[in-house]
Amino acid sequence: MDRTFKVLLIALVVLVVVVPIGLIATGTAYGEWGPDELQQAIGYVPDGLQHLSDLWTPLLPDYDFPGGHDTLPTQAPGYYTSAIIGGLLCAGVGYLVARAIVRRTD
Amino acid sequence: MHIPDGYLGPLTFAALYIVMIPIWLYAGHWVQKSLRSRQVPYLALAAAFSFVIMMFNVPVPGGSSGHAVGSALVAIILGPWTAVVTTSVALLIQCILFGDGGVTAFGANCFNMGVVIPFLAYYSYKLISGRSAIASNIRIAAAAIAGYVGLTVAAVVAGFEMGIQPILEHTPAGVPLYMPYGLNVTVPAMLIEHAVFFSWVELIITGLAFAYIARNNPEIIFDYRSRNDKKTNAGQVAVPA
Repeated sequence: MDRTFKVLLIALVVLVVVVPIGLIATGTAYGEWGPDELQQAIGYVPDGLQHLSDLWTPLLPDYDFPGGHDTLPTQAPGYYTSAIIGGLLCAGVGYLVARAIVRRTD
Repeated sequence: MHIPDGYLGPLTFAALYIVMIPIWLYAGHWVQKSLRSRQVPYLALAAAFSFVIMMFNVPVPGGSSGHAVGSALVAIILGPWTAVVTTSVALLIQCILFGDGGVTAFGANCFNMGVVIPFLAYYSYKLISGRSAIASNIRIAAAAIAGYVGLTVAAVVAGFEMGIQPILEHTPAGVPLYMPYGLNVTVPAMLIEHAVFFSWVELIITGLAFAYIARNNPEIIFDYRSRNDKKTNAGQVAVPA
């Protein structure tokens, strides 16, 4: 492991440690509203949107454990867990895919 | 910028899946042909970095939020085709495990964040940096600006995809079936939010990380050797900062 890689890895670990900063923003991103939020904004929920919106049930929706936490301290454990699991999975999948296809050893 | 299920109709999300298939295939081919085995850990790190950086939501006045993506940095260091792979991996995990970005909109999200950002950013960086030395201020500025440009344009593209929904998909009476807002709302909204807030985060992380890598280990930058300043004895830190 070269020094640059180590430093970048440490930087990533630091990002994970401070990841709850991302919880300060509580607003929904533009165009990512739930059907309930649309109902409030425009008075109806488009038909197709209603049908597709619950197509998929993720394991940890919104990077949180189930239970509808609405304060930063109660959201932080789920957020940390999500950052660690997600980060490791991305690294793992990325590594395996690249390992499988990269041929050059120079 | 993670378009959820329900915001794009079948015409749009199917078209963007179809567009992505050859791009994914070619990206795999490019990585196979061009990446070296010692860059594989960097690719893995890049995918994890993309995932984590997208968790840093930035609040904006008016109650909305958004974030940087990290694809510009990956494109400049490991190549835009590598960034297609790492961003798609991060988006896949976000979509499947965390419900961030729709299953139907996965192709669209990969196109916006995994293709538009990397290629726009990489070519902006190339254009601005020209023949400047690897760790020169101009090249670091080029990387930073590339991050800003990439994310901002991708936001406009996402706004466009959402904004054409009322035209493409509606009931016979004209009621929108998917994204209810038209182009006149979605494009300015996405543009302004990103140009004023989130793209600056992309600018800072891209510039900082590029500066660190260029000064300390330019060898890992995928097109470094093919560049003009290989005469500075590749890998030496003697390059003026």
